[in-house]
Amino acid sequence: MREINRVCVVGAGAIGSLLVGHIGALPDITMTVLVRRESHARDLNEQGLKVTGKSDLAASVLASTDPADLGDVDLVIIATKTNAVEASVTKFKGCFPNATVMMIQNGLGCERLVRENGDWPIISGLTFMSGVRKSDCHVDYELDTPTWIGPWDAESDRPGYAYIKQVEALINRSGLICEAHEDLRPVQWSKLIFNSAVNAIGAVTDTPHVPCYADTKNISDLGNLVHDMMAEGVAIARARGIELSSDPWEMNCKAVSQGGSHGSEEYAHITSMLDDVRHKSYTEVDWITGSIVRAAHEAGVPAPYHETLYRLVKGIEKGWSIVPGEH
Amino acid sequence: MKVCIIGCGAIGSLFAAHLGKLDDVEVWAYDPYQAHVDAINENGLRLTGESDFVAKINARSDADKIPPCEFGIIASKTLHTRAAMEAVAHIFEDGAVCSVQNGVGSEEVIAEFVPRVIMGTTFPAGHISGPGVCNHDTKGLTNIGPFVGKPASQEESDRLAEALTRGGMETNSVADPRGPMWTKVIFNCASNGVAALTRLPHGIAAEQVRPLMSAVAQEGVAVAQALGVTLEKDPEEMIDYGREVAYLHKPSMLQDVEAKRTTEIDSINGGVATIGERVGVPCPLNRAITDMVKGLEFSWTLEA
Repeated sequence: MREINRVCVVGAGAIGSLLVGHIGALPDITMTVLVRRESHARDLNEQGLKVTGKSDLAASVLASTDPADLGDVDLVIIATKTNAVEASVTKFKGCFPNATVMMIQNGLGCERLVRENGDWPIISGLTFMSGVRKSDCHVDYELDTPTWIGPWDAESDRPGYAYIKQVEALINRSGLICEAHEDLRPVQWSKLIFNSAVNAIGAVTDTPHVPCYADTKNISDLGNLVHDMMAEGVAIARARGIELSSDPWEMNCKAVSQGGSHGSEEYAHITSMLDDVRHKSYTEVDWITGSIVRAAHEAGVPAPYHETLYRLVKGIEKGWSIVPGEH
Repeated sequence: MKVCIIGCGAIGSLFAAHLGKLDDVEVWAYDPYQAHVDAINENGLRLTGESDFVAKINARSDADKIPPCEFGIIASKTLHTRAAMEAVAHIFEDGAVCSVQNGVGSEEVIAEFVPRVIMGTTFPAGHISGPGVCNHDTKGLTNIGPFVGKPASQEESDRLAEALTRGGMETNSVADPRGPMWTKVIFNCASNGVAALTRLPHGIAAEQVRPLMSAVAQEGVAVAQALGVTLEKDPEEMIDYGREVAYLHKPSMLQDVEAKRTTEIDSINGGVATIGERVGVPCPLNRAITDMVKGLEFSWTLEA
C-alpha cells in the first residue's frame, strides 16, 4: 500500500490550521497548504504554523495559492467550510493525480463536488475538534474531541478500509484524535440530525444552544420542536436503512446539561449557523438541514419540520440581499 | 347608550373616537397609559390621517371610576385580555363585550367575566402618534356577531354595528362571525408568523418562502373545516393580494420582533394550533412557528 509522505491541507481556517500544525510537525511528513490569500501563503512559508493550547507544536510548511507549486501529494484534506468546497476543488482540478481526498465538512454531500472534478479516491469524515485562529500562523487547540473518518458510502470500495486505517494512524500519531469506522453513516447521521435541528432552530430563534432546547414541560417549550424535528430525522435515516450510533435527542440533552441556563464557558453554545446569521454570512444549511430534506425526498418520506426550518433559514439569508435598507 | 373601550391603543382609539361623534352614545375608555388618558380628558381624542376630528371621551386608568355600560369593545393586545377583563368585569354585570382583537381565543377568556360576548374581526389600522392622538392609517370593514360559546343577542350585535357604522366605522352584524374571524387569522398565521421568523416583509416572504406560507395556511383551513366554518376568501388569494398592495409592509408581529416586544403569537399561530389539537386536526407547522417565536422572545432575556 502506498505510504503517506506528502500531505496537502486545503484551507487553513481553524480546523485546517489544527491539521497543518499537528500533521506538519511529524518529521517524516512534508506538509503543503493550499490557501486563498497570497499574504497567508507568504506568512506560512516564512513563519510556519504554531499550535498552542492542548498541544504545543511548530510546523514548517510549503504554502501557496497555486496547487502547481505544491507538487504531487499522497493525501489531500479539504478543510474549508462547505460553501467553499466547490471553489477549492475547482482550483486543484487536474492536480495531485496520485492523491486520496479526505473531507471533514459539516453536513452531507460535499463528496459529489469532489467527484465532479476528478477521479481521486474519497474518504468521508467529520470532526468535533475545535480551535481558535489567533493569526495566519497561530492556532489555539481548544477541544481535543475526535475526528471520524470512513468510506464515502456512494463508493465504499475506494480507497479501501486498510488505507483509511493508515490515515487514522497518521492523524493519531500527530497528536490529534481520529477514529476510523467501516460504516461512517451511523455516526455521521447521528451528528447530522443533531446539528440540523440545533443549528437551524438556533439560527431562526437567535438562541444559543442552552437548556431551553431540552425543555418539554409546557406546550410551547422549544424542546418540543427540537424533539419532534430530531424524531423526524431519525425516521428519515431509518427509511434510508441507517441505524444511528447515538440518539440525537440524548446528545442534545447531554450537551445543554453542560452549561448553565445561559450557556457556559466549557460548552461552545453559539452554534455555527447562529454565528453566521448574526454576521449575515451565508450558512451551511444546504449541506445540513438541506441534505436531510433531499434524503427524505429520495426515500419518499415526509420531512415537514426539516423543510420548514430549511426554508426559514434560506428566507433569512435572502433578506440580507433583497430587503431594501437591510444591507 | 354607554360604551366602554377596553384598551385605548390604536384600534381602541379608532373605535372610541368614531363612537364619540354620536350624540346618543356616551363613550368611556379604560387604558393604563396615564399620559394618554390625561391628554384625552383634557383635549379630547384626536384622529389624524384618514380621519381628522376630535372626539369627547371619558378616559380612565382606574376601572373603578367607570359607570356600568351596555357595551364593551376590547381592543387590547391579546396578551393583556385576562388582566384587562379582571379589571373591567364589574362594568358589564349586565352588558355585552365585543372583541376586536387579533387572533383566536379571546372570546373564551372574555366569557369568563361577562354575561354576553360578541366576536369581532376588524381590518382598519392606525398608530398612536402621541398622548391623545391616533393616526388613522387605513380604513376597513369590521364584522361582528354573537359568540357561540356565550352569545349576546343578534339584536345587541345589530345595535352596536349600527352605532359604529353611523359614527363612521363601517360594521356588519352577522349571524356567524366565525367566517370573517378565521379568514383573517389564517392569513395572519401565514403572513405574521413567517415574517416574524424570516424578518421578511410580506411581499418578499410571499415570493421567497411561499410554500411554507401556503402550508401554514392550509393547516388553518383544515381546522376551520373541522369547525364547520365557511371562509370568506381563499388564503392564497389574500397572500397574493397582500403581495400586490403591501409588498414591503412589515406585518405587526415582525414589527414586534424588531422592537423586541412580546408578540401575539399565542392568539395567532398558537391559537390556531391549540384549537386544531382540540378538534383533532394537528397543526405541526403552526405549533413549530409558535415554539420558535417563543424561543425568539426568550433570546431577548439572554445577555448579549
